[in-house]
Amino acid sequence: MIDVYDILETIRMIQDDCLDIRTITMGVSLLDCIDSDTDRACEKVYEKITRCAAKLARTAEDIEKEYGIPIINKRLSVTPIAIVSAATGKSPVKFALTMEKAAKAVGVDLIGGYSALVQKGFSAGDMNLIESIPEALASTSNVCSSVNIGSTKTGINMDAVKIMGGIVRECAERTVDQQCFGAAKLVVFCNAVEDNPFMAGAFHGVGEPDCIINVGVSGPGVVRAALKKYPDASINEISDIIKKTSYKITRVGQLVGVTASERLGVPFGIVDLSLAPTPAVGDSVAHILEEIGLESCGACGTTACLALLNDAVKKGGVMACSRIGGLSGAFIPVSEDSGMIDAAVRGSLSIEKLEAMTAVCSVGLDMIVIPGDTSADVISALIADEAAIGMINTKTTAVRVIPAIGMKEGDVLDWGGLFGSGPVMKINSFSPSKFISRGGQIPAPLHSLKN
Amino acid sequence: MEIIMRAVITVIGKDAVGILAKVSTVCAENNANVIEVTQSVLQDMFAMIMLVDISRLKVDFAALADTLSKLGDEQGLKILTMHEDIFNTMHRI
Repeated sequence: MIDVYDILETIRMIQDDCLDIRTITMGVSLLDCIDSDTDRACEKVYEKITRCAAKLARTAEDIEKEYGIPIINKRLSVTPIAIVSAATGKSPVKFALTMEKAAKAVGVDLIGGYSALVQKGFSAGDMNLIESIPEALASTSNVCSSVNIGSTKTGINMDAVKIMGGIVRECAERTVDQQCFGAAKLVVFCNAVEDNPFMAGAFHGVGEPDCIINVGVSGPGVVRAALKKYPDASINEISDIIKKTSYKITRVGQLVGVTASERLGVPFGIVDLSLAPTPAVGDSVAHILEEIGLESCGACGTTACLALLNDAVKKGGVMACSRIGGLSGAFIPVSEDSGMIDAAVRGSLSIEKLEAMTAVCSVGLDMIVIPGDTSADVISALIADEAAIGMINTKTTAVRVIPAIGMKEGDVLDWGGLFGSGPVMKINSFSPSKFISRGGQIPAPLHSLKN
Repeated sequence: MEIIMRAVITVIGKDAVGILAKVSTVCAENNANVIEVTQSVLQDMFAMIMLVDISRLKVDFAALADTLSKLGDEQGLKILTMHEDIFNTMHRI
């Protein structure tokens, strides 16, 4: 029989320490739905999504029951709509409405892929899509959007950076009645990945198979609980504890992914080795850093602790699953992490510190609420800074900031649920306008002479 | 060869008279064969763990889990029914 201690440990991880599968995300290619007629294309999109994902939610619920592990989200990611809609030559908002309708029909929580990849320039369809993002996100509730504006191989498209600052603002302005939520569904990436199961940045890359299952695990609470048992451990021991815990967490992700893939008859893609926090008590990445020995997240030492955590999570997870991908690493979204929220409120965590942290973890400046009067150029420049970190360090970085229209530092936006609530954080408002207005492309970096 | 599927039923909480009998009855009613039972007090938790063969279950897995969970609620205990694979996967390389 299985060891009693092992059984109880697993149960405790799930019941007390918030171990869960954050998401089962089905990636669906829409390349075969392309049509020059928008309505015809949308019909095909609806048919394809509802056919591929018909059993997704039900299967996830069955697995949840059988293994006794909560599966928090069932999601869909699709081929970037800029590609699918390019042949129509029109605004692709109808595609967003179709995605929303299809997602509701199959009972998934979110659908990602209202996206464009413009790291080196704009092709047909890209500009139409980018311009339509604010309208699409304001008129749908579960559609998520992302735009890739840079990569290590191409450099950073500064024309796109300029546009995206304005788009982020407009998304917030159009959804003032929903606490500016539109901007929370939009991510601006550098080095976007094609198999990411996490929202809002998930899309189904063109190099992916027709349909695939990806899994994102979670478990910051489990890591913290494990560390708590060893208050006097050295840093080497801390790293070992995190690795072992991450192994166990990831094994569950692998099991759930393989089982879902078998039952749905869809190939299994990757496990995203992630520590994804939620606003729930005891499910915080910030609290892990504090458990390692910081008075408050954001203190000097935060970047080092996070680097240790992020690396150990990957080392532990790598052996636990057959294929790794997505954004793998510890996430640091402010509004979705109760420890981060507290640290921001008490003034120990600043946007500048968060930016430094993104150099050593997954993914970027995430779910940060900024003052409502922040100009589009400042947001563009923030995007450029973050993209530069990703470009130079050959990693994925992203910006998902929410301008709290009509609010100032100290106010709070509250969305509830997994998205949590965020205090408006101070941002440096000196003008970068001249830099942003120049346009052009930051050339791809040299990868020798490393300094 | 028939594939044997097994589930682990874990009863956590305060010990009570007849709890083993009640859980076994539910198993029998649903054609789940009890293979092994262990009982222990680990740290602050009393736990009874049953390994049951669910290959010939009369109802679907979820229904058995729900019935047992309800029984637990009535008795002030936590009864969890989980497929054994989650434990094997997590703790065995």
